Amino acid sequence: MSRLVVASIGPASSVQDGGRHGAQRYGLTVSGAMDRLALAAANTLVGNDPFAAAVEIGPFGATFTARDGAVRIAISGAPRNADIAGKPVAMDTSVTLKDGETLTLGFARGGAFTYLAIEGAIKGEPVFGSLAVNARAGLGSPYPRPLQAGDEFTVDAASGAPELRIELPNPVSGPIRVVLGPQDDEFDDANKALFLGSEWKISATSDRMGYRLEGPAIKHLHGHNIVSDGTVNGSIQVPGNGAPIALMMDRGTSGGYPKIATVITADVGRLAQTSVGTAFRFKAVTMAEAQDEARKFAQLIKSLPDRLRAADTVELNIEALSDANVAGHAVNAIDAGTWQVTAEP
Amino acid sequence: MAETLPPPRLLPSGDSAVTVEFSRTIDDAANERVLALDKALAAASIEGISETIPTYRSLLVHYDPGKIGFDELGEKLLAISSQKLPPTTKARRWRIPVAYGGEHGIDLEDVAKALNTTPGDIIARHAGGDYRVAMIGFTPGWSYLSGLDKSLHMSRRESPRLLTPAGTISIGGVQAGIQCLAAPSGWHLLGRTPVRTYQLHRNPTFLTEPGDRVTFFAIDPKTFEDMDRAAEAGEIIAERVDA
Repeated sequence: MSRLVVASIGPASSVQDGGRHGAQRYGLTVSGAMDRLALAAANTLVGNDPFAAAVEIGPFGATFTARDGAVRIAISGAPRNADIAGKPVAMDTSVTLKDGETLTLGFARGGAFTYLAIEGAIKGEPVFGSLAVNARAGLGSPYPRPLQAGDEFTVDAASGAPELRIELPNPVSGPIRVVLGPQDDEFDDANKALFLGSEWKISATSDRMGYRLEGPAIKHLHGHNIVSDGTVNGSIQVPGNGAPIALMMDRGTSGGYPKIATVITADVGRLAQTSVGTAFRFKAVTMAEAQDEARKFAQLIKSLPDRLRAADTVELNIEALSDANVAGHAVNAIDAGTWQVTAEP
Repeated sequence: MAETLPPPRLLPSGDSAVTVEFSRTIDDAANERVLALDKALAAASIEGISETIPTYRSLLVHYDPGKIGFDELGEKLLAISSQKLPPTTKARRWRIPVAYGGEHGIDLEDVAKALNTTPGDIIARHAGGDYRVAMIGFTPGWSYLSGLDKSLHMSRRESPRLLTPAGTISIGGVQAGIQCLAAPSGWHLLGRTPVRTYQLHRNPTFLTEPGDRVTFFAIDPKTFEDMDRAAEAGEIIAERVDA
């Protein structure tokens, strides 16, 4: 066994997986990764189940050191600069840390959450089938709380498998899609139009429980108290002050504010990766379209193993270009976050 | 001929869940229909349904749109909801000890003052009630009870407390509650119970189920301490009195 030591880490970083399902009826929320596609991509790169436990890293930097042997990892999600001893590590690739080597991750450049998957996955004691941290309920393993410097994971020694990259589809852009309801009838047409027609920003006070939205105040038809009913990931509730809150993975399982709309499954991760202060809009889609997108999203996650490629193909291409004296200094211009080769001016 | 009941409203909660709403208000008859549908769905094992969450007045049904679409599921939910309610099975009944007032129930005196009576009278009215677990939600084990004596109905605190203790026994509006974990709350804190409605490594992890009946009885602070230690060690403490 090897160890992966958290040498330094910022707030809002914790062990997350596909979540804890089946006990919401007892008030136990699902938790799990804020961006399921990024979690699945990172896990797929190192041969894990897509929703195995990995490190969810918040917007700040982090460093991880391998001890007692090599550790094979992969990163996906919010792009950031990453290197091992000064040598850049690309997003959406696997890489092996030799014993004693340190992976340094910078701040998220756009988005919020990056996933670090470890070959063989993080090991711990599952509760309701999950290692996901739910700090309020004291759940999560091996640490039932956000990660701190000095924490460590006992992990499989690196297999020595060839390193891989994963070809993800171009990110979807445009508005965050919602299905209206379940309580859209608690709002008049003008306020529904205001919700759908306005620009919104994520407030800095947001967290894994909920994203507070800054924009115009949305008014209720009959006041802001309803009898509590169930919530889902992406429920957009409107409390008394009219500032909507999109409920995220650590939400309460029930809530007593009217919910004007629900983010579609395929876009919950996109909303989670919307940076604080970035303007965005919502767009209502039909149930048929939302369910079609949900099926496509499930299919995309299922197809991830087919999207793996040998990691060295990009490097070979660059060498070929370089040899042909076409690319000039392009090698130095590789954006470690996106693998985009930018032409030198 | 089968008696038919008014259909619930089907409210979309995104592409992978639907809220089956029987009432907009707190209503025991609606809650019974919620729990009956929950039970019927568990028995029907409809392909695609992954999890159901009963609340006061609605059942939230999570499903996989890759296995069943909204329209098809909706039809099945309406069909099952229109069936005659099954005869109610005998509910489980719990007696739950409460240390009222003092440091355990910091709002008891204020509640008594607001209702022009004595703390002892508030305790008698609260402990004298016959409650029903209508739903469990918000945080693990938080049991929302219907059946609060009408004379104890009062609006919630104007400013909610950011943290209230584990085991808090409180009232808010027309509701009473058993809170398991420390959590924010705007309700009035009457006392604390040593009973854990949620305890991770105990069997069962969750003590209460929607539909259970609950009564309370007063204990002194010394008994609370003894029971609290036993509960921490994994004892259930609550007395089951229906069997």
